[in-house]
Amino acid sequence: METYTLIVLLLAATLRVAAPLLLAALAGMFSERSGIIDLGLEGKMLGASFAAAAVSAVTGSAWLGLGAGIVTAVALALIIGFACITHRGNQVVAGMAVTIMVAGLAPTLGLAWFNLGGQTPQLDGPGQRFTAISWPWAQAAREAPFPGLLYAELLSGHNLIVYFTLILVPLSAWVLYRTRFGLRLRAVGENPLAVDTAGISVNALRYQAVIISGVLCGVAGTYLSTAASSGFVRDMTAGKGYLALAALIFGKWRPWPTLGACLLFAFTDALAVRLQGVTLPGVGVIPVQFILALPYVLTVLLLAGFVGKAVAPKAIGVPYSKEK
Amino acid sequence: MIGVLRARLRSNGCESGHEACNEMSMTAPSTHSAPPALELRAIDKRFGAVHANRAISLAVAKGSIHGLIGENGAGKSTLMNIIYGFHQADAGEILVNGRAVAIDSPQAAIAAGIGMVHQHFMLVENFTVLENVVLGIEGGRLLAQGLAAARTELERLARDYGLDVPLETVVSELPVGLQQRVEILKALYRRAEILILDEPTAVLTPQEADQLFRLLARLREQGKSVILVTHKLREIMAVTDRVTVMRQGAVVAAVPTRETSLRDLAERMVGRAVLLQVAKGPARPGAPLLTVQDLEVRDDRGVPRVKGVNFELHAGEIVGIAGVAGNGQSELLEACAGIRSPSRGEIRLQDRDLVREGLDPCARRRLGLAHVPEDRLHMGLVTSFAAQANAILGYHDRPAYNRGVATNRAAILAGCEEKMAAYDVRPPNPRLRISAFSGGNQQKLVLAREIGADPSVLLIGQPTRGVDIGAIEFIHKKLVALRDAGKALLIVSVELEEILGLADRILVINGGEIIGEVAPADATEQKLGLMMAGVRGEGGA
Repeated sequence: METYTLIVLLLAATLRVAAPLLLAALAGMFSERSGIIDLGLEGKMLGASFAAAAVSAVTGSAWLGLGAGIVTAVALALIIGFACITHRGNQVVAGMAVTIMVAGLAPTLGLAWFNLGGQTPQLDGPGQRFTAISWPWAQAAREAPFPGLLYAELLSGHNLIVYFTLILVPLSAWVLYRTRFGLRLRAVGENPLAVDTAGISVNALRYQAVIISGVLCGVAGTYLSTAASSGFVRDMTAGKGYLALAALIFGKWRPWPTLGACLLFAFTDALAVRLQGVTLPGVGVIPVQFILALPYVLTVLLLAGFVGKAVAPKAIGVPYSKEK
Repeated sequence: MIGVLRARLRSNGCESGHEACNEMSMTAPSTHSAPPALELRAIDKRFGAVHANRAISLAVAKGSIHGLIGENGAGKSTLMNIIYGFHQADAGEILVNGRAVAIDSPQAAIAAGIGMVHQHFMLVENFTVLENVVLGIEGGRLLAQGLAAARTELERLARDYGLDVPLETVVSELPVGLQQRVEILKALYRRAEILILDEPTAVLTPQEADQLFRLLARLREQGKSVILVTHKLREIMAVTDRVTVMRQGAVVAAVPTRETSLRDLAERMVGRAVLLQVAKGPARPGAPLLTVQDLEVRDDRGVPRVKGVNFELHAGEIVGIAGVAGNGQSELLEACAGIRSPSRGEIRLQDRDLVREGLDPCARRRLGLAHVPEDRLHMGLVTSFAAQANAILGYHDRPAYNRGVATNRAAILAGCEEKMAAYDVRPPNPRLRISAFSGGNQQKLVLAREIGADPSVLLIGQPTRGVDIGAIEFIHKKLVALRDAGKALLIVSVELEEILGLADRILVINGGEIIGEVAPADATEQKLGLMMAGVRGEGGA
């Protein structure tokens, strides 16, 4: 019974850790499927988490915070879009530039506005955060371990953004494979010239993709500062944007496999937390540093060997110009 | 469909105060009973200092096949891109069925009834045929019902024009000939009345080309107009009704095809008399120089592309390898040159076993085995380097080009100048970036480099791909001279004519096997074409 509870709690934690990762990965999917490398994921998320926490702290509304997060991330996405689509700049440089800029700008603004060493004030007022939603009878169901505990911990008890993220996977798959927009998006990442000769604007499509990426990054960032924790701290994305990119590649730029990759990464992360302080026979206490590094070690191993051949959209990273 | 209609209305309507529009409404319906399907009037276009199109005028009659020929850089592609809305003309107007249209985008061109089959197909390779055809006119936000409607319509088109293509197959799995049909289908599905084909036969076997021409004839019967852009004069003579010749951005001739001849067209194209046949005496083959035995070569995915090939290459002969692109000739050439390791078999240069000794291309060059790679730009040259640096690639370690640990810049420069003079490379400027030269001049420099090292065996992939007629004549003369000097030449080319003209022996390759040897004297394009398609000829090697 002990192990069972542990596993259910571990899975619930996995979901919570996976949510921002998945949001960012899907954001990257839209951008990269259109042919724009999305190294700005990290920066857009970080910018959004700061904006969301700041606005929520000032207005007292998590929803306004979410709005601010989305607006900020979209604005950053548009900077990347302007550099890479309109001016055909280098996508890696543009994405990195935005990430580096935000990493410096957010704490600086935070310091100027709140005078808390670059953080935002604690979000502890009512409605300032996205809190867990208890489904009907969840408390009562907890008494019966199976399936009650499963219901209470795994299905119930998450915040809105987690549920939104889970709906987003089938939604993205549907958009990508069943709609006109999806067909064009996939085409423009493979052969933009074909899209252009078919009479569709390559730039407009790519801007749409980049904006979608901004919106999803905005939600992801908001989640980090107003749902997973209560307030913004410096560098709070901690490489999640890059991890999401790895998950996207691992998932071969497809929604369902990307979900799988995100869950796997999140699971190792959740496991790492649980493993802290655990003694292994013959090894002793596993060093915390080793456990914390586990998800990243796994990432490197997976990407290096076990993914098979991940075929990127053919036109990715190449600025489009009909002159060649 | 609604989108297309809307675009059509927009492009036919006069845009704000456009002078041509006023003029159009006055002149259009008068005089001629049937205006040309497409008419260009004084189209002018500059790219910076380059005057790509000089006052081009051209009329394509409805229900006709119109040929457009010219050397590389004559301005054909620019003109076609203007018609298709990829570029905008600086001056001049385009009339469709006697009405001036403003074509400012491919969408406007499609709406005006103009379809284009590009030389490099505009297909999304991992999409199905159906998805490729509907891309851009999907018929609604959701794919399902649009695709169903498109399928019905495409089946009808396929019946009408005999254009059988499997609709649910992924395009990358189709042979090139079928991919081209997808492009044509795309244009017809968009209700194109004027179809532009840019170098359509460059990638086809003779049989596939014949099928294409039959299809074009059928389109003509149905009242469609076709513009055929090519540099193959025979095709122009065989299928077109009228032909327009361009040189240096201007139209130099526009004549009915039956009133002209191959020789006449070639001269107009180049601006001087050219030799269409390669002039050469009989070969006097000597001792075998290169021997290939039971050679098997696999590609990067481990698939065997060359399967047990045997042949001998003698001094003083040119052996041509004929085959449809992708049948192993590239891998064969790369294995001989040392770029790709064979999985089995041996390659001997006189008494040296190149495979067993594991000699790299540089070592092979030192032994006298030179290689002109098929893909000049990717393998033969470093495009961002100056001509003089490119002129020593692969030979850069020769003592002549070095002084201690540094390069001998004076010697490199002088060497390049010498090569440029000997091979008539224009402009003769060793310091110019190689990418600034035309394809023909790039190729001449590569040949100068490889031949200049005095090899005993020369491997050449696509000696004249993307090279214009004048330069082709020059290159062919050089190759024959090399043969007469007692060297052995192995030539791989997709141009059958070239193989027939140059080679003393022709080996036909199909599916990685040499399936026959033919003497050029009793080979015809038809016979070779059949063998290339896998029908075994007499006397297998």
